[in-house]
Amino acid sequence: MKTTTLKDDIVVLFAGDSGDGMQLIGELLGYTSALSGNDISTFPNYPAEIRAPQGTLHGVSGFQIRLADHYIFTPGDEADILVAMNPAALKTNVRKLKPGGVIILNINSFDKKNLALAGYEIDPVEELSKQFKVFPIEITKIIRDQGKDSGLGTKQIDRSKNMFALGLVLWLLNKTTEQTATFIKRKFSDKPELLQLNLKALEAGYNYGETAELIISRTNVEKASLPSGTYRSITGNQGLALGLITSAHLAGTQLFYASYPITPASDILHELSKHKQLNVLTFQAEDEIAAISAAIGASFAGSLGVTATSGPGMDLKSEALGLAVMLELPLVVCDIQRGGPSTGLPTKTEQSDLLFAMFGRHGEAPLPVLAVSRPADCFETAIEACRLAIEFMTPVILLSDAYIANALEPWKIPDIDKIHSIEKTVLQENERHFAPYRRNEKGAREWAVPGVPGKEHRIGGLEKEDLTGNISYDPENHQHMVLTRKKKIENIAQYIPLQKVDSGSESGKMAIVGWGSTYGSIKTACEQLRNEGVEVSHIHLRYLNPFPSNLLQLLNGFEKILIPELNTGQLAFLLESHLKKPVEKLNKVKGVPFTVKEIKDKVLSIIR
Amino acid sequence: MTQEDITTKNATIQPKDFASDQDVRWCPGCGDYSILKQTQTILAEIGIPRENIVFVSGIGCSSRFPYYLNTYGMHTIHGRAPAIATGIKLARPELSVWIITGDGDALSIGGNHLIHILRRNVNIPILLFNNEIYGLTKGQYSPTSKEGMVSKSTPYGSLDHPFNPVLLAMGAEATFVARTMDRDPAHLREILKAGHLHKGSAFIEIYQNCNVFNDGAFEIFTEKDTKPLYTLFLEEKQPLVFGKNREWGIRLDGYKPQIVSLQDSGFGLDDLWIHDSRDRYKAQILATFFDDPRKENALPRPFGIIYQSQRPCYEDLVYQQIENVKGKNTKSLKEIIFGTATWEVH
Ligand SMILES: Cc1ncc(C[n+]2csc(CCOP(=O)(O)OP(=O)(O)O)c2C)c(N)n1
Ligand code: SF4
Repeated sequence: MKTTTLKDDIVVLFAGDSGDGMQLIGELLGYTSALSGNDISTFPNYPAEIRAPQGTLHGVSGFQIRLADHYIFTPGDEADILVAMNPAALKTNVRKLKPGGVIILNINSFDKKNLALAGYEIDPVEELSKQFKVFPIEITKIIRDQGKDSGLGTKQIDRSKNMFALGLVLWLLNKTTEQTATFIKRKFSDKPELLQLNLKALEAGYNYGETAELIISRTNVEKASLPSGTYRSITGNQGLALGLITSAHLAGTQLFYASYPITPASDILHELSKHKQLNVLTFQAEDEIAAISAAIGASFAGSLGVTATSGPGMDLKSEALGLAVMLELPLVVCDIQRGGPSTGLPTKTEQSDLLFAMFGRHGEAPLPVLAVSRPADCFETAIEACRLAIEFMTPVILLSDAYIANALEPWKIPDIDKIHSIEKTVLQENERHFAPYRRNEKGAREWAVPGVPGKEHRIGGLEKEDLTGNISYDPENHQHMVLTRKKKIENIAQYIPLQKVDSGSESGKMAIVGWGSTYGSIKTACEQLRNEGVEVSHIHLRYLNPFPSNLLQLLNGFEKILIPELNTGQLAFLLESHLKKPVEKLNKVKGVPFTVKEIKDKVLSIIR
Repeated sequence: MTQEDITTKNATIQPKDFASDQDVRWCPGCGDYSILKQTQTILAEIGIPRENIVFVSGIGCSSRFPYYLNTYGMHTIHGRAPAIATGIKLARPELSVWIITGDGDALSIGGNHLIHILRRNVNIPILLFNNEIYGLTKGQYSPTSKEGMVSKSTPYGSLDHPFNPVLLAMGAEATFVARTMDRDPAHLREILKAGHLHKGSAFIEIYQNCNVFNDGAFEIFTEKDTKPLYTLFLEEKQPLVFGKNREWGIRLDGYKPQIVSLQDSGFGLDDLWIHDSRDRYKAQILATFFDDPRKENALPRPFGIIYQSQRPCYEDLVYQQIENVKGKNTKSLKEIIFGTATWEVH
């Protein structure tokens, strides 16, 4: 008998070998669910090796997706449905499954060799069946049977296993295959045989649900009531790319994007290099130093110079960032943080570059630092970063991370005609000689680009005399210039929005203060706690340097401050030095985001 | 706009118009003065309006150069001038962009950027002031210092094998490779002008005397009595001849260069290697003329345009591609923001 139950959210976790196409079906389920009106939140979790040996634990690639009938901010702490394509995928992911949850297995891969690779001494299916609803399905066999007339080789046919799994999950979620099929058609439009194979596999999975005697009820998640508007789904890196193009458009200039490939920042380069028709110039440089240097050169010449990187690439860019501070040219450096130090955990998320962004340059070299909170926030924050860079003539660091970079989320598409243009500094000509370091009321110097007679000037990394920009070793002048540059950045606090409380009251017992990708987990934890009668407010920082002018006052209105971070306490370090009192900390450096439960437990442990 | 569009001649402009109001601060007697003077002279002759010129340098004594020119200029960080200049040229291909660098700047810390600008063939003259020493840091050996060189950091002699910059540039497939010297102003001007006219990266090695830390490093090539015997001034379509009375020639024996006497060997001018800077194979052999001049049978050091060829320059390719894309991909900003699938929430 087939029944359908209604749920307000459901979490699906796809897991398999890195070659099994789990990321693809995760994204497809995301697009499909978003299009059908659910809110979604995803968590792609890849192995570091591109092709780890098949069947091994460290070759497992996972994609977690949560769909809901309401506004959500996390991919969920635990999964309702786990799809495991082999024993290793089962082994590494079963602990993320809710008690009583559903496991779909490709039982054809549960042979002696794979079980041994996963470290199972005996077949786990029987034991697991005691706690979970386990459905061992001969996916490989079904796929091979139906693909045998396709003219394709076994290897290629086997690749469509993932579509079978997706089809079955769509059935379980009471959805149709129609929209998914549209995406598949677009993806394989130039490979007709593969297209047919994948569509057939998708249908086979769906029909399997219809016809097999699965003792399971389908789950229906209704549409979410998101704020009205036109939506699309977007990843963090796509959001940044679109925000950067839009910023250059708002400033009426070319976007000059230079970078050197590095996970998880490369997708920004991939995305931007598609849009050359929009006055976007992309340059894959020989290294990160060349990338930032070229961007600085382009900014000198009047383009909006931007570069993005991660971890090790940030180290390489330090010297040039100092140059940009000295030159006072617009520049945006996106740091898509990943696990460090050194090569660290290249595909995993972490928030451990905050202090580096703040202080990672020799000399007194302050610059604005901003952080994105989630994929849907990237577009707007990128524009903010570019606005500060141009209007204050300064390099800006924009922090994102591996989690935000790859996660998929519905995004309400903004009306770009309603966004304020970005104004370049032009100073009134009131002096006989052009003075490159004359400033406006914001402290910004003029962006005087080559090609204008009478404004020829030389700038460089040596300390410069105020106004003229000529080399100066004068001690008084140096102190004056250091302070001038510092004040310019500090004064930005007067031009950014006041800090608001994201949820909860404006003062009280406890505020949880977060930045970056912890936004969703903190927000959800706070909401649940308040529903349970625990008074707690959520404050989320976009501007990390300078802080909004009212931040300290706001924080002082709370008895206790808790700062959860995916590092060992970097924002806490900064805030403690300002607040002159200790804060509570929750720190995690495991390469994965906080669960909601971890945050709630910490709050409760402090309060009790 | 391309660089040609702005090369409207300004006939009245003088060398002094290219001097900035800053005092020149090199050590008295430094070879950099001559290079600055010749550059100001040829800039006036070329006649590009000052506002359309950008000089970009790294760090080193030589890299102070942009401060002394009344054009746009950037004095950047050690070794990175090629990358910064590439950014400028890509953003504004119509500007006349020049790179000033030293042997440490270009070949040590900046070696990576140098080979990449050359392979990309960005339309920029690159003036490498080679003084075979680190001047600004007061006298350590550099990547072009001779083996055995005694310097502050090599009191017992350097063990490093030096770069032959010209050969390195050939290896990176530069499309213009030349060598000249501070002490021969006419030759220096001629090469600088040719480098400017070349469409693509023009690699110009300039032997520059650092009279404080490495005085006389090139004197065998620059002083009147030794210069004729140890240098080979290349002239297009002319035989390779050198010597006080032009009594020596170079012929090719297979692919091996051979010095022959034009007086008593039986070989005449007709037998000699005729310089053809567009012949890549011959240029590669010429680039290897790097013998220690004091060695028996040492080949003379070539000066002039060793190699030049035509290859599309990078910024042209970049903008051609953008134009091509515009023909195929007409998606507006709004369209790409909307993406491929949207839905409405009411
Ligand atoms: C990152 C960095 N490392 C080291 C230095 C110190 N430094 C300045 S110039 C220079 C060498 C300059 O030699 P060269 O390029 O031959 O120029 P020259 O001074 O001889 O003209 C060095 C090592 C620096 N400025 N920056
Ligand atoms: S140290 Fe040498 S290279 Fe530097 S300015 Fe003095 S003479 Fe010239």
